[in-house]
Parts: sequence; C-alpha cells; structure tokens
Amino acid sequence: MEEKIFKGLMLLSLILVLVILAGIIAVVVMKGTPALNLSMIIETPKGGYYLGKEGGIANAIVGSIYLAFGASIISILISLPVALALQKDYTNRHLANLSRLILDILWGTPSIVYGAFGFIIMVYFGLRASLLGGIIVLTLLMIPIMVRSMEEVISMVPQELKEVSYALGTTKLETTIAVVLKQALPGIITAILLAFGRGIGDAASILFTAGYTDYIPKSIFDPVASLPLAVFFQISTPAPEVQARAYASALILLFIVILVSVFSRLLGRRFSKHIVR
Amino acid sequence: MPHISLHNLAVNYGTQRVLHDITVDIPDSQVTAIIGPSGCGKTTLLKSLNRLLELNEDVNVTGDVLIDGENIYNPKTDLLALRKKVGFLSQRPYPLPMSIYDNIAFGPKIHRLTDEQIINQIKGLSASDVLEIDNIKNSNAIDMLVECYLSLAGLWDEVKDRLHEPASRLSIGQQQRLALARALAIEPEVILADEPTSALDPISAQLIERQFKLLKKRYTIVVVTHILRQAKRVSDYVIFLYMGELVEHGEAKEFFQSPKDARTRAYISGEIS
Repeated sequence: MEEKIFKGLMLLSLILVLVILAGIIAVVVMKGTPALNLSMIIETPKGGYYLGKEGGIANAIVGSIYLAFGASIISILISLPVALALQKDYTNRHLANLSRLILDILWGTPSIVYGAFGFIIMVYFGLRASLLGGIIVLTLLMIPIMVRSMEEVISMVPQELKEVSYALGTTKLETTIAVVLKQALPGIITAILLAFGRGIGDAASILFTAGYTDYIPKSIFDPVASLPLAVFFQISTPAPEVQARAYASALILLFIVILVSVFSRLLGRRFSKHIVR
Repeated sequence: MPHISLHNLAVNYGTQRVLHDITVDIPDSQVTAIIGPSGCGKTTLLKSLNRLLELNEDVNVTGDVLIDGENIYNPKTDLLALRKKVGFLSQRPYPLPMSIYDNIAFGPKIHRLTDEQIINQIKGLSASDVLEIDNIKNSNAIDMLVECYLSLAGLWDEVKDRLHEPASRLSIGQQQRLALARALAIEPEVILADEPTSALDPISAQLIERQFKLLKKRYTIVVVTHILRQAKRVSDYVIFLYMGELVEHGEAKEFFQSPKDARTRAYISGEIS
C-alpha cells in the first residue's frame, strides 16, 4: 500500500513537470507561429520594425549563435582540463573539495551579477559593449556548469578500468586521454549541452556587456544583438504585433537549442558505442 | 635466481597492517597460487608486485620486492617499464572503451613498438612453442600481433570476423580472455591474475585455466584464488596467507598432501574458509 502511494506520488510529479513543460512550449508555439515567417529569420530590423513594420531578427539569431558557440568553445577548452585536474589522480582531496565548493557557489550566482562584474571590468579598461565582452562573460557563466558536470561524469569512470590501463604501463596522461575521456564522452557532451543551454538563453549577463544592435557585428569589438534580449525588448512594447514577434523569437531560440541538443546527442551516440558498462 | 623474490614485505593501509613480513621466492615458469580466506591480503600481495597498490590512498609498503634482481620499490625504478614487464588480469574483466582490435594493439602502440620489434616478438612466441604460427608475414605487423595474441589467449576463432566491433559486446568470459591477450601483447615476463575466473561461468573459467597451463612455458604466472580446487588444478607452487601472515608455502603437491601448519590443515580440510 505504502509503495503504491509513493509510486503514485512520483508519477504525479512526473506528469506535473511534463504538463508545465508542454504548456510553456504550447504557449510559445501558439503565440509565436503567426508572426514567424521567412523575413523574420533572414532580415535585420528595418526602420519602424519595433512599431510592427518590416524586418526580422537575423541580427539576434546570428548574434546569439556567435555568443553561445564562441563562449562554449572557450569554456570547453578551459573546463575540460579543470575537470580532469579535480580528479584524485591529479589533485589532493582538500584542494579539489574547496574548488568544488567555489564552483558550486559560482553556479548558483545570478547571471546579473556576472553581467555587473563584466561591466565593471569593461568600464575599467575603457571597453564598450561588444561581442568579445559578451563571449567573455558568458564563458565565465558557463565554466562552473561545465566543470562540475564534466567532473561528475569523469569521476564515475570505474577505478578498475583505470587500473587495467595503468597495468599495461601507461602514464596518467595516456590513461586519461585514451581511456577515461573516451569512457566519459557521452556525459561530457551532456555537460557541454547543459552549459550551452544556459549560455544561449541568458539575458542578464549580456545586457551590459554585449549590448544590442540592429546590425550583424562585423568584428568582435562591435556590439551584438541576442535572442533573449530580442524577446525581452519586444515583449515590453505595447504593440501586439511586436509582442507576437517576441514569441516568434523565443520559438527560434527554442528551436536552436533543440537542434543543437539532438545533433550533439547523435554525434555522442556515434562515439559512445565503445563505452564499457 | 628467480624472477620475483620478496624480502620482509609489509603493507599498511593507514594504521592498519594488512601484510606482515612476507619473505618468499616465486618460482619461474610455473603457476603460483596465492590462497587464503577473504580479507587475508591476497590481492594486496599480488598488487604489490606491479605497484598497482599505490593507486590507493594511504598505502605504505616496506621491505623489498625484487624482480630480476632489482628492488621495484627503489625510487629510481622505472614504473612504466616495471608494468610492461608484469602483466595484470583483474577480477572482473574490463575491456578498454575501444574495439577488440584496438584493445590488443593499445599496449604495443603506447610503448611505440616498431614493426621490427613486433615481428621479433612474434618470432619469439613461435620459438617458445606456446603458439604455432604458419607464416609470419611482414605486411602488417600490428595485424599479425593482434591475431597472434588473440590466438594465444584462445579467443581468435571466436572474434576473427568482428575485430572492429566494440569489445564491450563480448561475453564476460570472452572479455577475460581479451584481457589476457591484451596483457600478453606487451610481452610481459610475469602475469598476475586476481581471481581471474570469479566472475566467469565454469566453461569460460576452464578455458582460462587451460591457457594458464599452456602459458607457463613462457611466462611466470601468479594467480590469486579463493577456490581451493582451482589452486589444486592449476598451481605448481602455493602460497598460503592467513590474516596477513604468510603461513606456509611450497610445491603444490607437497602443500596439499602434507601441510605442516595447523592452520593450513584446517584450511585445506575446510574447517576454516
């Protein structure tokens, strides 16, 4: 009887979560689809766009892709070595635990704080809002997420698997690269996706650091638009047709996240057939 | 002089002493079984022979382990060379996360063996008649090597048509023979096996035992087992540990027929397990 109650509760929670998720997607799709058309995707805002006239949000789509992919690539390059360094083969336990604590605090820090921090630094150096600034702040935002989730899956690699590799006369580095990373690859991809999702969807951190513009940036020192901010600006206008475009922008953002997620999972599956379970 | 010789070896985990003052010579080209009840230090003793022990935290080893006359706990010892000389078979087989072929080629590639070295290695195998090799082609040395060592582990016929499949798809018995082939491919002098059949079905276990009997012509084999009957079947020499102490060691026949120590008699007769 007890078991049935708890099973029921679990099922109920699951359904609740799924319903809420479906609700969010349904609202975005229903309100966004009517405003969605080709010019929305391929054109930048023309004069009067924010009053409901012609144009699109290509500036924000391209901007978000630049920002999120740029920050993801830099984050991977930094996070992967850090995640490996936190393993007990490389760092003593106390230092590793201290680092984990700090990373967890950073993970929980609101993104507006990252934005403010980035802004102060930029003011100090006399920089203005730019693609580079946005990428740097997003990278800072993504690193704790990536490191902690990568580190978690890397530490799940069985000790015995490392042992058999060491027993063949390999160095730590050889075992790490040829065995540990291969075994942990699917989890590492998930970690990257998690951070990517947070990065591409974040508005507060890039508000001051990347700025907003109606143009596609020509260099990394130009300001850049982004989808979350496009949603934010359009939804706060009084015109209903512009609000509908906010939902269309959100729909595009959702679509990019799903596309990247599906694609990398397929890629992950290709490389994970050798995993030892 | 035997390959492996232990002098006053003692091992502590933190403050707990798990092996006391072990002094014993392990005979060459024979199967030596380390037997004893659970938790008596068998695996610790085995892993002290290739220094896998030090992957655990807080381990302290004193005394000497001489392999080919060299103390492996000397700080100057080349750890990688030691591990290349001493192959290891774990309790549960762990294939490396790669194909069957790459599992075997992994060691030789890591140690950057040249084609010439590989061919010589194969000729050596052939000469010591553990393996019949029809024609040594110089075409692709690594291909040859993979075939030879898989044959030597008694696995070739089962996997020759699917060498590039993931090794994790093999059955657990096949995985253990793959692990054996992988260990042999770096051409060790000694093979350490930690209860290598404990996860296997009886038929796979029998295959492993049969390979051991064949391989001892060329390699010194040390096997930990808690199965007394297995020790009787495969071993030529026996080391009996009890509560971290070396109680008795000697030729297998003599050991089983006329044990000297009361604890050995009790263990063999099944009074203690």
